[in-house]
Amino acid sequence: MFEALSGNLNSVFDRLRRKGRLRPEDVTEALGEIRRALLAADVATEVVAEFRDRVRDEALAADLNRALNPAQQVVQIVHAELVRTLGGDPVSIGFASRPPTVALLAGLQGSGKTTAAAKLARWFRSQGRSPLLVGADLTRPAAVEQLRVLAAEISVPVFSEATDPVAVALAGLAEARRLGRDVVICDTAGRQVVDEELMAEVRAIGEAIQPHHTFLVLDAMMGQEAVRVGRSFHEALGLDAVILTKLDGDARGGAALSVRAVLGCPVAFASVGERVGDFERFHPDRLAGRILGMGDLLSLAEKAEAAYEGREAADAAGAAERVLAGEFTLDDFLAQMRQMRKLGGLGDLLAHLPSAQAAQAAEAGVDERRLGRMEAIICSMTPAERTQPAIIDGSRRRRIAAGSGTTTAEVTELLRNFSAARKMMRGARPAGRRRKSKGSGGRKGGGSSRVTPAGGARHRSATDLLEQLEGLESPPGGPGGSTPGTGSQPPGPLAWPGR
Amino acid sequence: MGERLGAALARPDLDGATWEALEEALLGADVSWAVTEQLLGCLRSEASERRISDPAALRSLLADAVADLMHAPDGALDRSGSPAVWLFVGVNGSGKTTTIGKLAHAEVRAGRRVVLGAADTFRAAATEQLATWAERAGAHLVRGNAGGDPAAVAFDAISHAAASGADVVMIDTAGRLHTNHNLMGELAKIRRVAERAPGELCEALVTLDATTGQNGLAQARMFGEAAGVTGAVLTKLDGSARGGSVLSVRAELNVAVKLVGLGEGLGDLVPFDAAAFAAALVDTEGMDADVRGS
Repeated sequence: MFEALSGNLNSVFDRLRRKGRLRPEDVTEALGEIRRALLAADVATEVVAEFRDRVRDEALAADLNRALNPAQQVVQIVHAELVRTLGGDPVSIGFASRPPTVALLAGLQGSGKTTAAAKLARWFRSQGRSPLLVGADLTRPAAVEQLRVLAAEISVPVFSEATDPVAVALAGLAEARRLGRDVVICDTAGRQVVDEELMAEVRAIGEAIQPHHTFLVLDAMMGQEAVRVGRSFHEALGLDAVILTKLDGDARGGAALSVRAVLGCPVAFASVGERVGDFERFHPDRLAGRILGMGDLLSLAEKAEAAYEGREAADAAGAAERVLAGEFTLDDFLAQMRQMRKLGGLGDLLAHLPSAQAAQAAEAGVDERRLGRMEAIICSMTPAERTQPAIIDGSRRRRIAAGSGTTTAEVTELLRNFSAARKMMRGARPAGRRRKSKGSGGRKGGGSSRVTPAGGARHRSATDLLEQLEGLESPPGGPGGSTPGTGSQPPGPLAWPGR
Repeated sequence: MGERLGAALARPDLDGATWEALEEALLGADVSWAVTEQLLGCLRSEASERRISDPAALRSLLADAVADLMHAPDGALDRSGSPAVWLFVGVNGSGKTTTIGKLAHAEVRAGRRVVLGAADTFRAAATEQLATWAERAGAHLVRGNAGGDPAAVAFDAISHAAASGADVVMIDTAGRLHTNHNLMGELAKIRRVAERAPGELCEALVTLDATTGQNGLAQARMFGEAAGVTGAVLTKLDGSARGGSVLSVRAELNVAVKLVGLGEGLGDLVPFDAAAFAAALVDTEGMDADVRGS
């Protein structure tokens, strides 16, 4: 996500970096391009104008050319402004002193309220609470049924009845008290802000149940309307925070930026996938890093911590060491691949990586299905074959192909690429390290530079592998296609902007 | 957009600020940067050629340009197959099921026999939602099991329609983000299987939410690649959004908008009217009557 925005901003920064000293015209030109990039990313026009003005003022005040690296200074100013616009620290979700804590969800049709309600219930449960879902969407056919199915998946009770939305919400509150549930999440019907009758209805629901948290559920793909819609719901309900949905697509994320800037109410949660667990607290500083193409390695490291348990973590660390020593085996590769899936799949992983790497992998058409075939091939090898691929002759190849349901050509391809990758890893190691340390040094104070070494190393190795194995996607017979090698500088593990 | 465009058009002369304001106004209606530049470029040369000094006259020129761009001679839905198969695709929450419900109603009222295929086997209660619409519209519903193979449901629906002599089959599919490679692959499979069923795949319509911003183009492109999209349905145009993102869908992909969704009532689906759409996009009065009281 945010790829286009990161891409555009990065090209602006790249051009600035090439300049060394900055003339006023350079800054003006860059500001114009930043404006264009933000507009193209669906940031509201009014927010863009304000953003550009603030960056300009900051840049003037900073006396750019006294800085060691003027372009870097501009990047830092934009980063700081993005964090500021997105809203500083993550929102804390408080609980009522006298339970139940009441949360109300409102938004346009199709923004994802019902799914978000279930995901939010799951999140509250993970915080040790016992939520009750209230289905007050009596408009959309089968909306309550949908809520019931989702709630059953996560074992959370649902209350609804075929009366009217206000009555359902009130009765739901009473039901929560009766059952001793300490959180109530009220799902409402989608409505257009121009529909006065329905806006009055949602206002009435709000007045009846007096929610502690009123969330606007907002589609991340939304365009310029986000601000107007946000304003209308804010006027009707007094919004506390936003739940941003469908953030797993390639949405440019302007809504997230605009909503905070204009409404003053922050984004609290982000919905990032189809599964009920695909729901995260929103971290503005990390997101700013993503927008600037620095990747969100911190979030990824945290996910990794959660996904790996004890022995596996040690294994992974061992694998990372072997990568650095150039002794990587097919077993290590298999383990990496499986852990990557645990992290939420390839697409999710790519979304967290610096844009350059993600784009490369995407271009190469690396996808889950191909990974599955690779996994099958490795699984059909004996332990000896995995540590010493050199022993695999024609006969073994045929056996492996038959065992994995692939062809001998595919087995050969994998082995060739693996051996090329292993060679590459030995060669790439010093370059990668050098680049990383230089980049980190140049980015003092940047929010997303706090990468835990272990987590970072693990994922770097996984992506490096992916990059190097992407030659698999080239048609058989072709001389390696995008297989790295042949003298070209391999992409470093981290594409820091200070490169 | 209305206010700002109104302000821009009310300026006495066509100075730089006017053009900048016009540009921002179009962008503010979710028209893409590329199309905005293209439209304003045409407008500029037209204005200087015809020596138009009255900014207000630009409004109708702009509306004409938008209408020209969006005009589609082949706007009607293709019913040539027996049965004619219409496939509905789009991102989550863009309005596929609701569109099918309304369209089924219109087709049944026009005297055609309609079968709906509930091939959204993924989302909870999607089949129940479509079943409610089928009942309202008087259409026959073919359903699969939750979590079942959507392509099989599509095939069954078409086979059933062919056997029962129905005129139209509408296949509802699960919403999916266009960036999800595997799910887009599943969609391509649904299309392939539907093509092999005893009907004729006449339309693959992508639903585009009018409130969607620049992402609409990427959606139309990816769904076009996976499902061979033949047209678009612009949904939720009854809200405050003007749906400017479909301009680039038309300009860059040559995908025409065929239908417009205007609400959740049975009759809230109308054929796309380029002139009316363009007028709404550049008109100020109609919009001020909406939300823009503030």
